Amino acid sequence: MTETRTLRAKDAPDLARFEWDDPFRLESQLSEEERMLRDAARAYAAEKLQPRVIAAFRDETTDPAIFREMGEMGLLGPTTPEAYGGIGASYVAYGLIAREVERVDSGYRSMMSVQSSLVMYPIYAYGTEEQRLKYLPRLANGEWIGCFGLTEPDAGSDPAGMKTIARKTAGGYVLNGSKTWISNAPIADVFVVWAKSEAHGGKIRGFVLEKGVKGLSAPKIAGKLSLRASITGEIVMQDVEVGEDALLPHVEGLKGPFGCLNRARYGISWGVLGAAEFCFHAARQYGLDRKQFGKPLAGTQLFQLKLADMMTQITLGLQASLQVGRLLDRAEAAPEMISLVKRNNAGRALEIARMARDMHGGNGIQEEYQVIRHMVNLETVNTYEGTHDIHALILGRAITGLQAFF
Amino acid sequence: MKVLVPVKRVIDYNVKARVKADGSGVDLANVKMSMNPFDEIAVEEAIRLKERGVATEVLVVSIGAKQAQETLRTALAMGADRAILIETDDVEPLAVAKLLAKVVAEEEPGLVLTGKQAIDNDMNATGQMLAALLGWPQATFASAVTVEGDGVTVTREVDGGLQTIRLRLPAVVTADLRLNEPRYASLPNIMKAKSKPLATRVPADFGVDITPRLTVVDTREPAARKAGIKVGSVEELVAKLRDEAGVL
Repeated sequence: MTETRTLRAKDAPDLARFEWDDPFRLESQLSEEERMLRDAARAYAAEKLQPRVIAAFRDETTDPAIFREMGEMGLLGPTTPEAYGGIGASYVAYGLIAREVERVDSGYRSMMSVQSSLVMYPIYAYGTEEQRLKYLPRLANGEWIGCFGLTEPDAGSDPAGMKTIARKTAGGYVLNGSKTWISNAPIADVFVVWAKSEAHGGKIRGFVLEKGVKGLSAPKIAGKLSLRASITGEIVMQDVEVGEDALLPHVEGLKGPFGCLNRARYGISWGVLGAAEFCFHAARQYGLDRKQFGKPLAGTQLFQLKLADMMTQITLGLQASLQVGRLLDRAEAAPEMISLVKRNNAGRALEIARMARDMHGGNGIQEEYQVIRHMVNLETVNTYEGTHDIHALILGRAITGLQAFF
Repeated sequence: MKVLVPVKRVIDYNVKARVKADGSGVDLANVKMSMNPFDEIAVEEAIRLKERGVATEVLVVSIGAKQAQETLRTALAMGADRAILIETDDVEPLAVAKLLAKVVAEEEPGLVLTGKQAIDNDMNATGQMLAALLGWPQATFASAVTVEGDGVTVTREVDGGLQTIRLRLPAVVTADLRLNEPRYASLPNIMKAKSKPLATRVPADFGVDITPRLTVVDTREPAARKAGIKVGSVEELVAKLRDEAGVL
């Protein structure tokens, strides 16, 4: 007699097939729209950005036309509502776009992040309707380039220590101070600057300045050995007079800049994994192609251990960023979640890039192999927008209730 | 003039296809799928015809699984105006051609533009069968398409070079690789495509029998290429070409 029995599919001994380049099936966790937006960003990055990045990095040049191109593609401020020139995309889509651009270069992703999260977001979130309509459409299409001035020579991790000051005048404000390490500044048309305002009890307030206003200059910081395809400068303000309409009226205190930084940092948590994936894939291919002692490097235990570590960290990081993105889209994300993924993913991506550089042997230092460019770029990304250590202190405070910053 | 562009959802050209263990076909579980690249070229050409004022509407049609909606949305994001999905399991070229002939009867396009073949099974049959069923002229392997008056001039890529022919409209034209370089959809256009009309039908709506007439006997991976060898002299090379390869 034949016994008939049923075995539920999930109890069957044979499990599904594994994909080394998408271990946890991120693909199946995305909506059709998210996949389409990602694929479009990937096509743009691969066809338009990849061919110019090696020379741009070597020559330390930033092509301002990239902003126009990104604007045409809809990559700038994608979460901004359509009425202001955005496409009303989800934060998950925003993260996926950052990952595709940073797969090519962290500098290009930085240019895009600054415009999207640090310039368009504060104008949208804290600005008047007039300011939104004036600035957002032209920032979204890339006609205008924006920058964000928070960091100062003596105020980095401690932004409350800023010295830039806004004094009230009859018709507005006069600003004095200097900002440093400002992405896009030398080619910017729009400057979102944070200053202590005397008229508001010394509280930090945001101001939108326009290129060409008297007393405003933005010299380039030359000699960077990282993010060389993305221009960086200072913002120097000497008696810069602006009208009342330059003030972002709907926020005061550090929560203004932090609101922007949270969104940018979230995007970075995805972006760095694009760079890490590039390095992982490159190292894998190099290991399969390169033969020493009569066999491929990828056939050795030391090489495989490194590949396994790379794949594991990338996979875990992607799941973490996806979850934070879903929570952001439901307005349920906490800043500490963003600290966790920014810190972890940037740090892991840097380790992965260093490993990939090492696994390429001598070829790893050559620009054509690109891993050393990602490696030195990620040194910056691990540091900017809250250093690896500062984010640990944010998490430590959340765990213990005790702040250890000072 | 309305242009109808049939598009197929196929395994992405970047994916290494894997044969199922039982040889019954290619494993498509969790594999990236996208628009057949030749169909993408046909969509691009149709959109260009519209941009030049030759076409008034670009209608894209796909026949296949529900997920082929994504393929249609990609075409809409590129610039097509309207889409129809005929939802069914995998169908053979003859059934596809019969269904398309019914769509053509309903929609009355002046031109059907499609890819010369799908990169999954390389049948290279649907365009030709459709033209035969409709009794329309056909031009396959197009590398240039110019619509003038009631005709279309098509340059075809043939073995010996290029052949230029002129057809009466309506006609069926199938696109070759060098016809154009398709644009990629911008993000705003992807979002806008969501509100473009996409109708879903089933083969029964058209009264077409789609029962398979072909049986897949076996599917196998291509044999792995053997490593080459070095020969010591011209004499040895000639001997091997004559005795082993049998080409001399």
